[in-house]
Formats: sequence, C-alpha cells, structure tokens
Amino acid sequence: MTLLAVEGLDARHGYLRAVRDITLDVSEGETLAIVGANGAGKTTLLRAIAGAHKPSAGRISFDGAEITTVSPHRRVKLGIALVPEGRRLFTGMTVEENLLVARRRGRPGPWNVESVLEVFPLLAPRRKARAANLSGGEQQATAIGRALMTNPRLLLLDEASLGLAPAVVDGVYRSLRTLIEGGATIVLVEQDLTRALSVATRVVCLLEGQIVVDGPAKEMTRERIVEAYFGLRRTRGQEGAPA
Amino acid sequence: MIWVNQIVQGVLLGGYYAVLACGLSLMFGVMRIINLAHGGLAVLGAFFVFVLSKHGLSPWVACAVVLPAMGVAGWALQRGILERSLRAGPLTPLLATFGLLIVLENLLFERFGADERSLFPYIGTLGYDSWTISSDIIAAKLYVLIFVVAVVLLGGLHLFLARTPLGRSMRATAEDRDTAELVGVNSRAVYGVAAAIALSTAALAGAFLGMRSSFGPYSGSQELLFAFEAVVIGGLGSLWGTLAGGIVLGVSQNVGAQLDPQWFLLAGHVVFLAVLMTRVLLVGLGARGGIRIALGRQA
Repeated sequence: MTLLAVEGLDARHGYLRAVRDITLDVSEGETLAIVGANGAGKTTLLRAIAGAHKPSAGRISFDGAEITTVSPHRRVKLGIALVPEGRRLFTGMTVEENLLVARRRGRPGPWNVESVLEVFPLLAPRRKARAANLSGGEQQATAIGRALMTNPRLLLLDEASLGLAPAVVDGVYRSLRTLIEGGATIVLVEQDLTRALSVATRVVCLLEGQIVVDGPAKEMTRERIVEAYFGLRRTRGQEGAPA
Repeated sequence: MIWVNQIVQGVLLGGYYAVLACGLSLMFGVMRIINLAHGGLAVLGAFFVFVLSKHGLSPWVACAVVLPAMGVAGWALQRGILERSLRAGPLTPLLATFGLLIVLENLLFERFGADERSLFPYIGTLGYDSWTISSDIIAAKLYVLIFVVAVVLLGGLHLFLARTPLGRSMRATAEDRDTAELVGVNSRAVYGVAAAIALSTAALAGAFLGMRSSFGPYSGSQELLFAFEAVVIGGLGSLWGTLAGGIVLGVSQNVGAQLDPQWFLLAGHVVFLAVLMTRVLLVGLGARGGIRIALGRQA
C-alpha cells in the first residue's frame, strides 16, 4: 500500500531549483535510501515531505490525503517524523525533555521514554544530561529517539551517520534494523553507499534535483549507483533544465 | 539605619519592576520580539481596572476580569500583528509595537484626557498601611504585597516553563522554532500563549502602578524604560534574572535618592549603563583571551 506519494514536486532556494519535478511513491514497510552528491536536493526533498520547506509546485499525499499545504506540526500528528540534518536538538534541555517535547502532540503508540531508552541503551545513563553536553553518537540517538516519540508511520532520516565515529554509526544502524524489523517505513538520506545498501529495500539516486536511478536495493550494483551519482551516463534531456 | 531602609525600599520596588518586566522578558525569550508597547499595554490595563473600580468594583475583582481579558488581547495581538510582522524580518515587530504604543497612547488620551489617575482611593487603608520594623525601617503593606506577588509570579512562571508539557514546548520553540514544529509543537499557539501571559502580567503591573502611584495616557514609555533596564541588568530572557535586575534597579534608585533627592532616576540609569558596559568589556576581554589561547596552540 502506498503510504507516501510525491507528484511533480519542485522546491526552490531562491533562484535555485533544488528539487525538480520529482515523483516518488513509498509503500508501507519499505526502507528507501536516497543517495546523491552534495547539493543533489536530498535534504530539501526530505524537508519538503516533512513540511519544513514549502514546495513551489507539485503535490504530496500521505495515506491517501493531500498534505501539500499542511503545517509541519500537523504532519507529525498524521505520522511523519523527520530526524533533521545536524540533529538540531534543543540544547538547553535534557535528553528526557527533548524526548518529552515530541511526546505531547504525537500519535498514540508503543514509543515512550522507556522504550526509546531500551533501543538506545547508551542514553539511559544520560537521561538527565543536557543535550549540549552529549557526544555526537548520543546526540544522534536522542534525535532519532525524539522522532520516534511521535510514533511515526513514516520516519525520515537525514544523514544519520554524518560526523559520527564508525563504531557509533554501527550502533545507529543496529537500532535502525530493530525499527525496520518492527515494520517501520523509513526514508533515509545517506552518503555512505555501503551502509545505505545494507538496510534499504529500495534505492533512489538524485542528481541535480532529479531522480536518475530508482530500483530495488538487491538489483542495484555499486557501479550503477556510482555512475548515476556522478551523472556519467546522463541523457541530454536531463541537462540544462530551466532553473 | 536610613541606608538599610533605603535598601529595603529598593528591594520592594524591585518587586514591582519584576512584575512589569517579566512579560517583556518572556516575549523576548520566546519570540525574540522586543515589545515597545509593553509599558503602554500596562497603562491600558491600569485604565481598565480604573474604569471598573470607578463603577464600584474592588480593584482586585477588576483585576480578575481585566487580566484574563488582556490575555485574550495578547493572543489576538500575536495573531493579528506580531505574527505578520515577524514574517517580514526581525526589525518589523519593533516598528509594529512602536506604532501600537503611539496608537494606544493617543486613544487613551482621546478617551481620558491628560489627567493623572490613581487606584489609591479604591484600595482602602492598604494604600498607607505599613509595618514598622524599627524606628527607621517601615515597610508599606502594599509594597510588600507587590513583592510577594512578584516572587510567586516569577516562581510560577519558572515552574510552568520547567515542569509542564506546554512550558517545555515553549522552551523548545524559543530555542528553535522550525525544529519544534518538526516534533509536533504548534509554534503559533505557543507564541499566542506567551503573548497572552505577557499582556496579563503587564496589566497586573499596570494595576500595581495605579495602586502605588499614579498614571496617565503617556506613562507607558517611562515604565517601559524601567522594565527594559530590569531585563537587561538581569540578563535577557532569564526570569529570576529579571527579579534580580528589578531589585538592583530599585535599590540603586533609592540609594541614589538618599544621596541626593534628584538622583533617583539618574542612579538607576547609571547602574544600568555600568552593568551593560561591564558586560560588553567582559565579552571583549573573553574574545581577546580566546585569540591568545588560539595563538599559543599554534606556537
């Protein structure tokens, strides 16, 4: 069943068309990895889905209802949660408070402070610590936990491994697998191709705001993605799209 | 002993400044809006209480009516003016609230004229009752009451922000509005609540102003200046700091007035400037120290 449908989406940063006419469906239970070079429009696409970036054209539907103009906090209530790039924790608040803020308006469901701490055991001793004093891994875990507290049906993860030590990234991905096994629908943006392919069921590659490759992760070879990533086999039609 | 008395009076006066300033502090802390109409809104509240008192209501009962009404007005102000002006950049709310102040003052002048009014006649003996602590130290009951209200109010606001879900949402919105929205916080509603609290407390301060002294349509600007000084001395956005700032301001004014009766206002302003300059200098020194450390590491 289609959970998220994006149709002809355009999103701009001033004169720059960061996302160009993207059409994308995400089915329930799917884990979609979005890869692409810096500036390919991955973050903007995710932020548009979450409602933090106003699209200039196109439609976004969630669970059959159009949400293109719905405010971000209402989308949270519908079941969309974004773990933003750079974590964006409330640094003046404790780990527990960061989690509880997200609890207030979310959907009812299995996630609460205790169950988040169970999935991220590293946070348990840091519960009363200020978010500003956390390590990078602890911050990322808190950011993911905060998104989970809203009991999302669709979890959007932007650069979950950015700036983290490899051992910490392992931990983050281990907890992601727990979520995926629990039937969560996840869209993740990831720079690390190997990591992305290890958890995803489907891979989409963006190049200059457009989808250049879309297919099941199992059928995807590294070479094919790398080619798309750098735009090595681009057809003329995709070049010089009007900005 | 006369000095001790002046300090006691200053601390009590600081309570009034804290009530006046806490709404200003909250609005700046949560929405990053400097509300130049805050003093004018306090005076508006005072006039509302005055009119109701004139019609036979006790000023306290009048407050019970006016405070919630001003809260609703705060919500409407946020929806109607502040939200729109915020979208146009950080300086626009400053202009918008300045304009609001001018409109308020002139509407009040139009309706009530230039006469100074007071709530003093309506509060019975509370206006002059006092406790004699020693031959030199006399504490007016009204001033003590205002101080106690200030502590309870700021303590209540502190608990509200620290402990309640809505308070947490308010802190989250204050820190990062976009991200707060992304975790389900309705930031517009949070701003509305902050504006409602700010205007209610402003009206309360206005009522206290009317009880302890007098007010006219244009009293707001003078009161705003005191509120500003209290907020800046105490540190922007900190509630307990606002109380401390109010007390520092009140004590400076009273001690100044004891040195020379004309120095009441001057001493307050001088201490305010001294605190501000000290902070600027400390920041400057800190930056230079930082550079030195950085250079040391390079070597």
